[in-house]
Amino acid sequence: MRARRLPFSAWHLLLMPVALIFAVPLVQMILTSVMPDKDINSFPPKFIPTRFTLAGYRGFFGEPHAWRWILNTVVVATVSVVSHLVLCSLAGYGFARLKFRGRNFGFFAVVGTIMIPTQLLMIPTYVLFSKLHLVNTLGAAIVPWLTSAFGIFLMRQFFLTLPHELEEAGRLDGCSPFGVFWRIVLPLAKPALATLAIFTLLNSWNDLVWPLVAINDPQNFTLQVGLTTFQGMHRTDWSSLMAGNVVATMPLIIGFVAAQRQFVATMTLSGLKG
Amino acid sequence: MDHLAPPMSRRADLVSDEHVRQAAKRRRRRISDLTGWGFIGVPTLVVVGLSLFPAAWAFYISLHKWNLLTPAKPIGMRNYQRIGDDPDALSAVWNTVFFTAVFVPVSIILGILLAVALNQKIRFSGFYRTAIFVPFVASAAATGILAGFVFEPNYGVANDVLRRLHLHTMKFLESPTQAMIVLVIIALWGQIGFTVVVYLAALQDIPKETIEAAIVDGANRRQVFRHVTLPELAPVTVFTAVWQTITALQLFDLVYTTTRGGPMSATETIVYYVYKVAFQESRFGYGAALSYLLFAVTMLVTLFMIWYSRRAKVEAF
Repeated sequence: MRARRLPFSAWHLLLMPVALIFAVPLVQMILTSVMPDKDINSFPPKFIPTRFTLAGYRGFFGEPHAWRWILNTVVVATVSVVSHLVLCSLAGYGFARLKFRGRNFGFFAVVGTIMIPTQLLMIPTYVLFSKLHLVNTLGAAIVPWLTSAFGIFLMRQFFLTLPHELEEAGRLDGCSPFGVFWRIVLPLAKPALATLAIFTLLNSWNDLVWPLVAINDPQNFTLQVGLTTFQGMHRTDWSSLMAGNVVATMPLIIGFVAAQRQFVATMTLSGLKG
Repeated sequence: MDHLAPPMSRRADLVSDEHVRQAAKRRRRRISDLTGWGFIGVPTLVVVGLSLFPAAWAFYISLHKWNLLTPAKPIGMRNYQRIGDDPDALSAVWNTVFFTAVFVPVSIILGILLAVALNQKIRFSGFYRTAIFVPFVASAAATGILAGFVFEPNYGVANDVLRRLHLHTMKFLESPTQAMIVLVIIALWGQIGFTVVVYLAALQDIPKETIEAAIVDGANRRQVFRHVTLPELAPVTVFTAVWQTITALQLFDLVYTTTRGGPMSATETIVYYVYKVAFQESRFGYGAALSYLLFAVTMLVTLFMIWYSRRAKVEAF
């Protein structure tokens, strides 16, 4: 005998619990950040706060450098994104469209580095930066994110798909190669640029290991490094820790929910083309 | 120069004409070279200067005993020989390989399952998607701190759920036998969104005609999945496997924010060990050798997967 049909698709039986497992910890993170300690330490643990309090946020921002960490991360992410957009699209266009000596050599040098794991570069880069007096400055967190082989590759692949005719028309109208690039090609590249921007934002905002080794001065910590340091000092101050977590993750989570389509396109592309 | 002078003026014209053309060509070429390098020069220099050059330097450092303060002492390959006799290094390799061997297959199977589920036209699928994707954008540092709270043995939610189900509570991250598995679960929570997104895109790329043709031929849903969908997903699977393997072999952030390698070094991964050796114990030469070991393991695993997929006739790369 056939089983009686469910009034809803059987897929819900899989997706509903899974979605809850993914969503509940984040909801709990937010709820705990506004929870009084009494609730957190009660047994069994409370999920919904009995009273709303900002004590957790006062705890996190009581850390003298907390605002600096936010500012530092915003600076690192902004510079990284802008620099990525400029340098990767310039190089991507050069490799895709311009003819000049050394192009193939340069392209292979760039693409070859995609295979090198960043962990291999930590030690020599640290030594190099300490010789350049970059260690312990915010610059140490920024410089490795100025451009990337992956970003250059991504932009080149995109420019290769554009039809030649527009650029030729621009050149006949007397545009210089840079004029063609700036006025004709870049406006067409907005989807690829958005992808690159999100990719860079995610990586530079969330990076932990490199700023952790390169920066020891609490003034110049990024938010992720500050958060782990704060964790080291407040092992069980969960409301403050969760408040810090909210501060460190919410900007990207809100961005994700607001521009989900763009984010997903980025994840797909960085997957399929990586 | 006199003996080179052409006997006839007409030929002289031709030659100088040719000369001018050559010069113009050279100039145009110089201009296009300059333009080209104007576009790619700075970015290429930055990439090469921040990866190829340090990678070579890392090898040079790995041939030395060096704490950055006193002069480096050349010791040949001894740092590499030492790895085999270093129980901590071997256990780090073992822990990393264990994590990778569990994480990668599970993330692929779960990724396919969830992608197929999210690809159905059912209600709330927007909510399901968002819920499963969102943890991917949360930093590993924040994820680790949150996991520390969820898996706290006394008042964490995980044990609370077990208690309500009348099951044994567990020590999770504080148990040397469970910690690594818990880390796999945390990593899956944070990373599965990526796998799902990639598989969803691949599923949507499968031409509808292929599936319809199979159904017309009398295939049921399971057969369609087994003989049409899965083979179409094979190239993406090779890619995802390689990508997730590389990510898994480089595990650090989660370890740093949850266990710091403990309890009893049970979760010390290669990258965590490199971090400890180089940046806490100032043994930069040995750290560089260890990071080359990581590079070698990554390369070997990647090449093996590509070789295997080529042999199985899957076109992924």
